[in-house]
Amino acid sequence: MSLLTRRLAFLPWLPAYVAVYFLFLYLPILLIPIFSFNNAATTTFPLAGFTTKWYGTLAGNGAMLEAARNSFVVGVCVAVLSTTLGICAARAITRYRFRGQKAAAGLIMAPLFLPEIIVAVSLLMIVLALGVQLSLITVILGQTVFCVPYAMSVLVSGFEGFDRSLEEASYDLGETALGTFRRVTLPVVAPAIVSSLLVTFTISLDEFILAFFLSGTEPTLPVYIWGQLRFAAKLPGVLALGTIMIAASILMLTLAEILRRRAENRTRIALT
Amino acid sequence: MTTAAFGTIAETPSASRRGSWMRSEEARGLAMISPTFLYALALLFLPVLIVLAYSFWTQDYLDIDRTFTLENYRQALTEPIYRDLFVRSLWISLSVSIATVVFSYPIAWFISFHGGVHRNLWLFLVTVPCWTSYLLRVMSWKVILGYGGVMNTGLISLGVIDQPLTSLLYNSNAVVITLVHSWAAFAILPIYVSLQKIDRTLIEAARDLGDSRIRAFLRVTLPLSLPGVISAFLIVMIPTVGDFVTPRLVGGKDGVMIATAIQAQFGKAANWPLGAALSVTTMVLVSLAAASVVFALRFAVRRIR
Amino acid sequence: MADRAMIEIQSVSKYYGIYKALDEVSLSISEGEFFSLLGPSGCGKTTLLRSIAGFETPTEGEILIDGVPSVDLPPNRRPTNMVFQNYAIFPHLDVSENVAYGLKRLRLSAEEERKRVADALDQVRLSGLGKRKAHELSGGQRQRVALARALVMRPKVLLLDEPLSALDKKLREEMQVELRMLQKAVGITFVLVTHDQYEALALSDRIAVMFGGRIAQIATPKEIYQRPRTRKVADFLGGMNFLTAKVLGERDDAVSVDAARFGAVSLDKPQGFAAANGEVTIGIRPERLRLLWDDDRAPHELAGRIENRAYFGEVTHLMIDVEGLEQPLSMVETNNYGADDLPIGAEIRLAYDPDAFVLLAEDEAVRRI
Repeated sequence: MSLLTRRLAFLPWLPAYVAVYFLFLYLPILLIPIFSFNNAATTTFPLAGFTTKWYGTLAGNGAMLEAARNSFVVGVCVAVLSTTLGICAARAITRYRFRGQKAAAGLIMAPLFLPEIIVAVSLLMIVLALGVQLSLITVILGQTVFCVPYAMSVLVSGFEGFDRSLEEASYDLGETALGTFRRVTLPVVAPAIVSSLLVTFTISLDEFILAFFLSGTEPTLPVYIWGQLRFAAKLPGVLALGTIMIAASILMLTLAEILRRRAENRTRIALT
Repeated sequence: MTTAAFGTIAETPSASRRGSWMRSEEARGLAMISPTFLYALALLFLPVLIVLAYSFWTQDYLDIDRTFTLENYRQALTEPIYRDLFVRSLWISLSVSIATVVFSYPIAWFISFHGGVHRNLWLFLVTVPCWTSYLLRVMSWKVILGYGGVMNTGLISLGVIDQPLTSLLYNSNAVVITLVHSWAAFAILPIYVSLQKIDRTLIEAARDLGDSRIRAFLRVTLPLSLPGVISAFLIVMIPTVGDFVTPRLVGGKDGVMIATAIQAQFGKAANWPLGAALSVTTMVLVSLAAASVVFALRFAVRRIR
Repeated sequence: MADRAMIEIQSVSKYYGIYKALDEVSLSISEGEFFSLLGPSGCGKTTLLRSIAGFETPTEGEILIDGVPSVDLPPNRRPTNMVFQNYAIFPHLDVSENVAYGLKRLRLSAEEERKRVADALDQVRLSGLGKRKAHELSGGQRQRVALARALVMRPKVLLLDEPLSALDKKLREEMQVELRMLQKAVGITFVLVTHDQYEALALSDRIAVMFGGRIAQIATPKEIYQRPRTRKVADFLGGMNFLTAKVLGERDDAVSVDAARFGAVSLDKPQGFAAANGEVTIGIRPERLRLLWDDDRAPHELAGRIENRAYFGEVTHLMIDVEGLEQPLSMVETNNYGADDLPIGAEIRLAYDPDAFVLLAEDEAVRRI
């Protein structure tokens, strides 16, 4: 830390500020696991001893397991769908030049800049107006709209790092367009694709508002949790569930980042 | 995650007069983007249009009366309860976005200029909390700020206060704090990206021409990072105004926001047209507010000489 | 030359909107020739190369490759192979797989494929590195992989897009020698694009110098250097002293001019010669001016004063101020005799050979070759 503080001698408060900031970011989230192991039904200090009984209650909880299954199914579908759509759009934007490119990209990325409730409400209206039943399918369709911008961000940086000359070299050596895609493009951007799948799955898993508005009788985990929140007694169980979800999210995102980084490095070094 | 998607256009030759394998460059590009574009069109653009349409209609139980009317907007804009909600929501989203950007800027600056080789790791550590469930994060603040919550019981056991503070939870302050926490990491990314783009030699030139570190920052770094700041601002402000979960969980009576009213129209109250009008009004208002803040920011930065 | 034409470029033009990257370029490259396209950035040489490869389609004109009109052929169907400027080594495949990439479609037996790959790697002196990945190779090694990968396809024409520009000086010079030997060994037509004049001079059988989308001159390296056609060509390759001279008289094959302090000089008259206002530009290379020491005498002499000098290790560049000449003369002297010790301001004498002058046309006047 000494080199750092030496260079920052004129801003002595900055390292402390960064530390406080990180504390502010992480502490609330850390409280959930802490209290999930706490042997008390309320979230007060001081702590009342270690226990894993709250996790035990989850195992037999049929409704929760049902919601978990739903979340998993929805997550996988959303990941695949939004990544596929993301690949098309990312490739179109990085490879080709055509009129209306910026407008199309703007529309696709719009959900990042809209309040989720507006997206949820408008989808709800169109679904109900068409007479379609609310179900996991409507959740999938809605969450995909929301996840595509994230998929695109990951994929665009994956495609951008992909030098055009690699495809040209493949053509030059006699390969067809399809063959080039299969033998060169896909393998090189594969890590970005996997990363996109993981990121969109995690977002879908954690997403609440669209699921809340668009699911019928089959809730996803966040919707299930919402339902449980009115019961104070159920809080510790919810905290245990929350801990598992947080752990899973962080794990998947770390994996996604490692993959993305490794591939990026490999491609960058190879093409300088 | 990058915000680079807007800036990428491939360098390719335009279509030539001769027929060749590359002839339909534009056609291929359009074909490639069409699945995603059409999907967004059908499930984003179209629904928003429908919301717009509904806002001009009226609902009577389950029947929709399609005669054009501005009744919903009249209600939305004049009834005190809604006006109150609009003002409070805008005020909260403004405070949250300003606070978030101000608190996040130094972190983004730190990572960009002093992150060293582990820059990406820092960035990753900062964004990881974002990726957990929003619902859970709000819940954690409920745990912290509650009457019997961490803050109070902690302070009591430390002897700082005797009675738990009631002013922590169930008001708009709680909403603001919770939202700032939620959005903090999101704001860092766009600011970081634009700070990274700044040519370091520009700052060196400023120092060489006599500026102190602070002056160089104000005159070179800050203006050049403005696009990222504006981006961060918009990313936080616009979605926040329509936030639903936070006011419900930690807002109490004082921290109710417009989203609650909107949701009510689609639940028991069953007045879709009003819900639609409220949504549209919210979007328009927040866009205007955001535009004026951006304008003010640009103006202020330009005045720094 | 009775050699067969391997590549014929016929009046090729390429427009990007209103911007002309290539302006009615025509040339012919013989079979087995090492041909270079030389010029500054933006002159169109890379566009021309990529048009031969098939990555650009000319707006007008035709390209014949081994007699076959090829403008409508996609790159994967042309008998050409390219070495890209950044080598374009596939990062997810190792060296052997990279080299074997184009062979996959030929469906050779595993044995045959392995042999061909090994031979190609031997040819570029990379034997034994088959299992390495791209990011484990140095720049020079990656360049050789790119070469091997292209040559293993046995193309009729090998196209090289500034292949040595990313290498440092020493490595570049080594690779230049290797490239030349490789071409002689393999015997196929090489077309090289470069902005490095020395590279073009060292490697090529013939050079096409390009400016602004047009060809200024096509000739052997010696001819281009010693008899540049235009001012731009003269200036681009090596140094040149330019002088404006008044035309004194013309004959069928020669022009005499008054070269100021150099006296009357007779020059070969080039094709399509035309003097503007009775004045022409002539030039003489710095190395054709020779310092006279002590009591040396020469038939043609001039006196001058050293205005400036620069030491380059092997040689010293001198700027000589001569009375009556507007611009100082640029001279290059080897340092064997003490040229590097001469102080600024020293009075010197120099010798010149009137036959060393060349007559230079204005570039705008040179429309077609």
